[in-house]
Amino acid sequence: MRALASMRGISKSFGGAPVLDGVDFDVFPGEVHVLAGENGAGKSTLIKILAGAYSDYRGTIELDGRRVRPVSPLEAKRLGIAVIHQELSLVPPMSVAENLLLGSPLVRAGFVRARAQRAGASAALAEVGLNLDLDGAVEDLPISSRQLLEIAKAVRLEARVIVMDEPSSALNAQDAELLFSIIARLKATGRGIVYITHRMEEIQRLADRVTVLRDGRMVGSREAARMPERELVALMVGREVDDRFPRHGSAPGSVALRVEGFSVRGADRSARPLVDAVSLSVRRGEILGLGGLQDSGASQLLLGIFGGLPGRASGRLEVEGRELSVRRPRDAIDAGLALLSNDRKATGLVLSQSVTANICAASLGRLSTWGWRNPAREAGLAARIGASLRLKAASLDMEAESLSGGNQQKAAIGKWLAADPRILLLDEPTRGIDVGAKHDIYQLMNEWTARGIAILLITSEMPELLAMSDRILVMHRGRITSELSRDEASAERVLSAAMGKVEAAEAAAEGKVRRC
Amino acid sequence: MLKTLRKALSSSAGRAALEFLLVLALGMAFNADGAFFKLGTHRDTLRQASVYGILACGMTMVVITGGIDLSVGSILGVSAVSFSILTMHMDWPWPAAVLACVLLGAALGGVSGGLVARAKLQPFIATLAMQYFARGLAKYITGGKKISTYVTAKSGEVVIKELPSIFKDIDSRILWGNLSIVSVIFFVCIAVAWVFLARHKWGRELYSVGGNEEAARLSGVPVRMTKFLAYAFAGIMCAVAGIAQAAQETQGDPEAGKDYEVIAIAMVVIGGTSLSGGRGSMGLTLLGILTIGYLQKILSINAVPEAWRLMVTGVIVVLAVLTQRRRAK
Repeated sequence: MRALASMRGISKSFGGAPVLDGVDFDVFPGEVHVLAGENGAGKSTLIKILAGAYSDYRGTIELDGRRVRPVSPLEAKRLGIAVIHQELSLVPPMSVAENLLLGSPLVRAGFVRARAQRAGASAALAEVGLNLDLDGAVEDLPISSRQLLEIAKAVRLEARVIVMDEPSSALNAQDAELLFSIIARLKATGRGIVYITHRMEEIQRLADRVTVLRDGRMVGSREAARMPERELVALMVGREVDDRFPRHGSAPGSVALRVEGFSVRGADRSARPLVDAVSLSVRRGEILGLGGLQDSGASQLLLGIFGGLPGRASGRLEVEGRELSVRRPRDAIDAGLALLSNDRKATGLVLSQSVTANICAASLGRLSTWGWRNPAREAGLAARIGASLRLKAASLDMEAESLSGGNQQKAAIGKWLAADPRILLLDEPTRGIDVGAKHDIYQLMNEWTARGIAILLITSEMPELLAMSDRILVMHRGRITSELSRDEASAERVLSAAMGKVEAAEAAAEGKVRRC
Repeated sequence: MLKTLRKALSSSAGRAALEFLLVLALGMAFNADGAFFKLGTHRDTLRQASVYGILACGMTMVVITGGIDLSVGSILGVSAVSFSILTMHMDWPWPAAVLACVLLGAALGGVSGGLVARAKLQPFIATLAMQYFARGLAKYITGGKKISTYVTAKSGEVVIKELPSIFKDIDSRILWGNLSIVSVIFFVCIAVAWVFLARHKWGRELYSVGGNEEAARLSGVPVRMTKFLAYAFAGIMCAVAGIAQAAQETQGDPEAGKDYEVIAIAMVVIGGTSLSGGRGSMGLTLLGILTIGYLQKILSINAVPEAWRLMVTGVIVVLAVLTQRRRAK
């Protein structure tokens, strides 16, 4: 049987850093081919190349044995490749029917043929077995229906290869079942499906074939039946943990932060909860690592604790033994919490403001007298914090925008150090910064814990998680699936828990981990 | 030399200053037989720009948060008629009337602010609605007529009352007739706005909210209160401008301030304060006020017909904003 799509020797680099290195990948008619790998393994880049998002790659792509080189998403679509992203490509105010025919409306002399549109739309829905009101606006649909509608749209466009990037991440169990039945139909009609997922359960259930990427290389590809779970995890991890990360011995003190039954519901009520009754505690001087793959809910957990998701978070918080009610970030800041958000440009810094203004942003009240600012005091604090973080800037008066990535991150951290916190919630503190700056941040984490600060650390880099954490909680779909001490933790154990495997013995012993 | 110039032009302030100098050069070139070189011309320019300038002070605060206020002209009108009625017809002492107008302005601005900050209406919509509402309010208060010292008594007899002295005082000049009190009020407004923007916690928070609302929120900035206060402050500036306008016209015209919001916005934007929020300053707005003020004056002393004056103003606003646009990195 000839492959529907076959990619050969695909290589791609971003700014000199190789992201993909000679990857081969095939999709056959009527199969679900799961693409697995840790965060940053190169899965998205490979898919984007297939979808025509990049043109500067090396290697070849064949569709039905014909050499193609899609250079735009539109061209890829015409060639029969559809990608269903997590960020959906629907137009919310338009109706279901209009959305289904978006991009290829049925027209005569420039006017939309409404009746033919409806017929086409209802046929497309029927093909995937979806029952929706054709005239209803997409914005009124729950997120799950939108996701399925996206698939119907791809099918209508006669896509032969359908790529699904974590399609179940927002779906509750019932909608996920509907998704699986649609996938079964698509398989039966001879379409090839590329499926990216972080859920072991889905891999076992759906996959005909599994290909594992690691650090931009293809490290294994075989029939799902011949890929037992343990081997899959081993392939994904693959590397030895080195000791670039200097975590000094810690001596945890009293409990700094206790979280009980903490939940965060999704922005959409029908979606599954992003965080589902999580309980944890972290001690003074301790680094508690939160492991998990994309959409594990760890970021929302931290954001919720910090008061960043008003109205959506619920649960009990205790700071140093006293119950705390957090309705807005200010409440959390006043209680000694600090949240380093995972995207310094979008949610961390005000790039148009000076470095000094950013560093002082969370402490302005304390630095001012009756609301009147004291620029000298601010400059003094910023200089002190900047020096302690080894922040390099021509001047602290320059806009944060003009700093390098690593120094921007230090400015974002500086904002919280200036607020003198006792509990640091760090979400990807070393994302997108160079090795030197990373090392600085690891050193600082050691200094902070030595001073009795408690740290909750999220990182998607496995070696960093293993090396810096005194204890690790692994999350999967909003729940804690494993708790590991520093000695017990291994990349394999973290990863299989992150993919939804509950460590049964521990779960029973702890009595607080529920089966997904 | 060229290098110094390029460096100066790399900042918003440098570009705003250059625009102002270009307009002055235009005045020197088209000096209307030397009229541009007379002190009186500059004195009038400043006086005529003052009411707009006061509005621009409040507008700057709102624009820095990433918003816009289309209601400033209408609130000016409400204030002008209220002040006139209170002082001319009801014989209130002027400080009480000023206080009442300021509170009214703050309340109307505050309603816009509440709609934007709490109800999450788009600033354009919220303040457009307020533009209509406040204009209607001004007409309701006055019955659509101009408020002057001619008062119709119950008997139907028309009495001419004495013009309250505050009207003459505001419209007078000091420094041997060279500085109008309205301009002094304008400078006070600029100073107050500047000190809040540059030296107060709230000023810093205006920039944070306009620059990155989510980052500001996660830093503990009271985002809603910050925005609310910006619109309330703009409302107070409208009230002050309305009082100045009433004094200059010696009457309260329910149509006062019509289309002024456009001029106030142009002044702020030409200065280089970004409509997308987060960047700008009172210094820039001052340059913008002077640029537009002089442009209007130069066109009028050269007796440019109104049709041309409007078109030229439109073209110059576009050119100025294009030079102010930040180069994409």
